[in-house]
Amino acid sequence: MFSLLLIAQANAPHCGNPGDASRVNTQAVLVNAGPASTYFNGAFTSVTVCVPGTNTCQTIGGVLVDTGSSGLRVLASALTIPLPQQTGGSGIPVAECGQFADGFTWGPVQMADINLAGEQAKNTPIQVIGASSFSSIPSGCSNTGAPENTLEDLGANGILGVGLFRQDCGIACTFTGSSNPALYYLCSSGACQVTALPLAQQVQNPIWLFSSDNNGVTIQLPAVPAGGLLATMGVMKFGIGTQSDNALGNAQVQTTDPGGNFTTVFNGQSYGSSFIDSGSNGLFLLDSGATGLPLCSDAPDFYCPPTLSEFSATNRGANGQSVSVAFHIGDVDALNETFTAFSEIGGPNPDPVDWGLPFFYGRSVFVAIEGQSAPGGTGPYWAY
Amino acid sequence: MRPLTLRLEACGGISFADDQGFVTIGIGRRIGVLVLLLAAFPLRAAATLGSDATSVDADRVRMQAALLGITRNDRFAVHQLQAANGTTVREYLTSTGTVFAVAWEGPWLPDLRQVLGPYFDAYQRNATVVRNGRRSHGPIAIRTGDVVIQMGGHPRAFTGRAYVERLMPQGMQAASIR
Repeated sequence: MFSLLLIAQANAPHCGNPGDASRVNTQAVLVNAGPASTYFNGAFTSVTVCVPGTNTCQTIGGVLVDTGSSGLRVLASALTIPLPQQTGGSGIPVAECGQFADGFTWGPVQMADINLAGEQAKNTPIQVIGASSFSSIPSGCSNTGAPENTLEDLGANGILGVGLFRQDCGIACTFTGSSNPALYYLCSSGACQVTALPLAQQVQNPIWLFSSDNNGVTIQLPAVPAGGLLATMGVMKFGIGTQSDNALGNAQVQTTDPGGNFTTVFNGQSYGSSFIDSGSNGLFLLDSGATGLPLCSDAPDFYCPPTLSEFSATNRGANGQSVSVAFHIGDVDALNETFTAFSEIGGPNPDPVDWGLPFFYGRSVFVAIEGQSAPGGTGPYWAY
Repeated sequence: MRPLTLRLEACGGISFADDQGFVTIGIGRRIGVLVLLLAAFPLRAAATLGSDATSVDADRVRMQAALLGITRNDRFAVHQLQAANGTTVREYLTSTGTVFAVAWEGPWLPDLRQVLGPYFDAYQRNATVVRNGRRSHGPIAIRTGDVVIQMGGHPRAFTGRAYVERLMPQGMQAASIR
């Protein structure tokens, strides 16, 4: 298993080959302990970033593949090449506060050519997390949660957000005034102020900026049996229906609401804020009362049923398309601590159903990006 | 595969903002929704988790939020705020006027220091411990004594809730805080 993984990791990135009609659109995704050697149910890949327009490049492994967010973020501590700084209108550096459910990422927005398999997104804004020259975190950012600005806190060398949206923020961040959600800041002499930022200057999902294969991505991971695996490996394929290897086939298309959510029906109840998130490490739904699953005695964020519990739910897109989903949840505390891939990890959630990485095991999951034309219609949509 | 167990110290004291002269409007005891236009009726709104309703509506001011309405029944009242960033915050008050729960839903996170009040610093510390203990990313659920804080969702669609169990009206289920 380990030799196989090492070979896959070495072969994962392919530098760009512009103009090739049948360019390589596939690269490896590994579920393993990640660069911090601690992770479980994390899907990692390699990303090559270059100083824009040059051959000064670096391949960064251990980047978490996240369908729950959009845009590339890399730890400053993992970055060895000097990327140019994004600036606002008056030449003042732009920094970002990336908001996530379990914390925030803080750091400057810098420009890079992003190479993934044979694809390239040129001169693309990314977030560099935890840069020492931007060490002062504005209170408006730190008040959104806990920092995730180091390898220890992030558990990855970066996050590759390949979700439903073109930018991580979108139109909301282009407005000045109190409606701006305060993701982007202008920082001068250590003092940072919220700024409006045009769409093109925001951190971008690199896929939609590819010259082709740019309407979305498919993530394919093998099935993982109850009890788990030491590690596993699959692929991400760029484009939907753009090459012979990424046809939509008979996958069912489910469109979303403006926030990227759809409805899950579970035990006869409809929950309207469900989503698919490869960056969540389990299946997180409802509470003990609704699922009948006890929380772990030592951790209220996971379920610990005494036996493996089988469930079925129905996901229904905004377009009315329904798909039945079978899943199981087991005792987190009973899992083999040396393994990293588990299908039965689950926990409670304040309201929606968060279909995390176990949802991806044994499936091909298509992510169509907003505004991009794809075989099943214009994104955003999920298909599986 | 055991996430870490948390032993948390007691939270800091409850903070009260200065009263700035907002007028309290009587809502009455019957169950119902009363939508109030803030521009016309400046009023005493909800406050921070664990705090008292006699404090001013510091949350609303800090979040530049509008008070969309107040729902009230015999056991509790819900003050629904709409933050300027589009996120809805609901604050649950006991019949004696203590905020026993808050819940939020919307595209971006609320100012958690404001809505969690004296519980925020402990939350921030413990979220790091929990996340690193679980060795991965995902929604968060933290229990500190009788305070439970849950965070979920993703950019453009976050949800969360926090509640103080000992302050909750008898028989009320946490799942109804949303």
